[in-house]
Amino acid sequence: MALAALALTVIVFALTNLQPNLEKLARTQASTRMSDAEVASWLARNGYDRPMLIRYSEWLGVVPAWRGEDGTGGRCNTDPAPRFCGVLQGNWGWSTRFQGEVSAILGDRLAATGRLMFWVMLVMIPAALTLGILAGMREGSRIDRALSTVAITTTATPEYVSGVLLIALLASTQAGLSPLLTDLGLIDRPTLFLGNARSAATEPTFWNLALPVATIALAGMGYIARMTRASMAEVMAQPYIRTARLKGLPFRDIVLRHALRNALIAPFTVIMLQFPWLLNGVVITEVLFSYPGFGWTLVEAAGNNDIDLLLACSVVAVVLVLATQLISDLGYVWLNPRIRVR
Amino acid sequence: MELGWAAILLRIALRLWPVWLALALSFGAARAFRHRLGFLGRLLDSRTGMTGLALVLFWTFAALLAPLIVTHDPLAQLSGMRNAVPGTPLPDPQGGGYPHYLLGGDALARDVFSRMIAGARAVLAIAPAAALVAYMTGISLGLPAGYYRGRIDAGLTFAANLVIAFPGILLFFLLVTPEIRQTPIPRAMSAILFAIPLAFAAQLIRTRHVANRTRRRALLALTLALGVWAWSGLVLDADPLGLWRMPPNLLNIFIAVVFVSAPVVFRITRGLTLDLASRDYVAAARTRGETPAYIMLWEILPNARGPLIVDFCLRIGYITILLGALGFFGLGVSPESPDWGSTINQGRRLLTAYPHAALAPALALMSLVLGLNLLADGLREESLRD
Repeated sequence: MALAALALTVIVFALTNLQPNLEKLARTQASTRMSDAEVASWLARNGYDRPMLIRYSEWLGVVPAWRGEDGTGGRCNTDPAPRFCGVLQGNWGWSTRFQGEVSAILGDRLAATGRLMFWVMLVMIPAALTLGILAGMREGSRIDRALSTVAITTTATPEYVSGVLLIALLASTQAGLSPLLTDLGLIDRPTLFLGNARSAATEPTFWNLALPVATIALAGMGYIARMTRASMAEVMAQPYIRTARLKGLPFRDIVLRHALRNALIAPFTVIMLQFPWLLNGVVITEVLFSYPGFGWTLVEAAGNNDIDLLLACSVVAVVLVLATQLISDLGYVWLNPRIRVR
Repeated sequence: MELGWAAILLRIALRLWPVWLALALSFGAARAFRHRLGFLGRLLDSRTGMTGLALVLFWTFAALLAPLIVTHDPLAQLSGMRNAVPGTPLPDPQGGGYPHYLLGGDALARDVFSRMIAGARAVLAIAPAAALVAYMTGISLGLPAGYYRGRIDAGLTFAANLVIAFPGILLFFLLVTPEIRQTPIPRAMSAILFAIPLAFAAQLIRTRHVANRTRRRALLALTLALGVWAWSGLVLDADPLGLWRMPPNLLNIFIAVVFVSAPVVFRITRGLTLDLASRDYVAAARTRGETPAYIMLWEILPNARGPLIVDFCLRIGYITILLGALGFFGLGVSPESPDWGSTINQGRRLLTAYPHAALAPALALMSLVLGLNLLADGLREESLRD
């Protein structure tokens, strides 16, 4: 796992430090109309002209940090400057896009995304589980057919489509429900919900956060619901459920007390593995609603070739992915005694 | 005169007549020959599968027949039609062109309806081909990994997990940029990724026609000649006839999409192979003295086809979503390309005021992906039945 994370940072480092990318960085940082010779001298002055492997080791913190000719510049600009100044020493570097410490910026943005995801989980998991259980309870029934169609539709709708649909339906002054409600005098704003969630990062309200939350939850919900349905349908076909039925227990008790607990083991893994998959959706949704969270930062960093910030973002993303894989494996064993005995 | 919603829908339906005709013909033919179609014939009985097939065929025909359907040039900008609402008539309809913008105009005064239809062409030109290359790559690597296990498996699985663990969007931002096109990286990746299908096809022929040597040699020579022709055209841009060509940015996108999808296919194939390699017929083939390549390609692969075909449908849909996401982040084929992702991206700036420009491609993309998902579901149900 640590090896995978290391390999990924090497790849990101190599790709962001390609010569054309560095030249672009130089032009955006200094002046867009620099000549090639000026670009080369800018890169040399800021230490970008040395071998990639050495600079990567510096970033990691296993090689002494680089200093400019006059003893300033480079990663750590404190006085006295520490000898090593890399990620291993807890220094994530300087963001050229936002002009600030990467750790501070990323901390803020991750907290914002955390708040968003908290609401997403709070909406998505109960809704998906209910949907799946209702559908899987009586396999092949009309309710099952209808709910399965809903689940397929939500999985087939990427965030940039559902987000656009939700905005058009609920947050547009021209179309959807808002003009209707304004005419009837039911709302005192021009639109029912806000199509821009920038304000939600500082003061989240129901009106500015509802649409981003709904967008992410809708996209993630279908898959969990389908897994829950499959697992529930399988459990309902087990002999012990038949026994309970033959005993004459009410259907409600069978579902709630006998089937539910066993049916929830498989969806747990799915929910955990959904985290990294949701990450893509979070990036798209945050950009669509301009919510300044982790995903929005990632796009900004990538668009401006902000090397340190991009590396930090990818470390966070990769750790998240690998950690959820680990947790889902452990959680599966913990929830399912049958594996432990073996 | 501005059109009402009923008139707009009616005119769109009329405008799509080639698609309806093609759909009716293909479904009629399928009904007539259903007993000879076998597996596909039984798909006609499943309502999910039929709905999916109809949606997929609808967009396929729309893409193929796009020149007959579009009402205006998808790139033409007509003055006075900026952000026009659906059904707006042209200010001066001269030259016998279509008199209305059926689904309105976008921020650059282009016809949204024509762009949506042309977008189907842009998307369906890439997505199935990319899925195919991703499949060949994933299968070519997944079969040996699952069959030989050991060190090959460990190495390939580590590499695949590495790509899967990468957040897709980040990878796109790193791999699809104008800057990276100045480096040899996309060319090198395409050289490898396009060589794999070639090697795959060659292996298929080599292992199949063992008895008939002259036939094998002829087929191999033909495949290699065709393959090298295509390969040199796509990778080196050196096709003398100009038939196999990809502009650098399209190649870049294609390669990035294949690169992201192939590891998932690899994982599926590897899992299936691990399971099938312990079957009796594989042991029997081994006892007969068949080569590992023959066993993998002609014993294991045909028996793994069910889940692979189902996933292929899903994969095309997923690649459509990925292409849309690329367009959404402004990394699409070109700024004025009518593909759905780019159009949604351009439309979203004025989304709250003029939603129609983004809504049309959004609904189009959604219905195509939904169709592919339903089709996959129908296929899965059918394959589970026997």
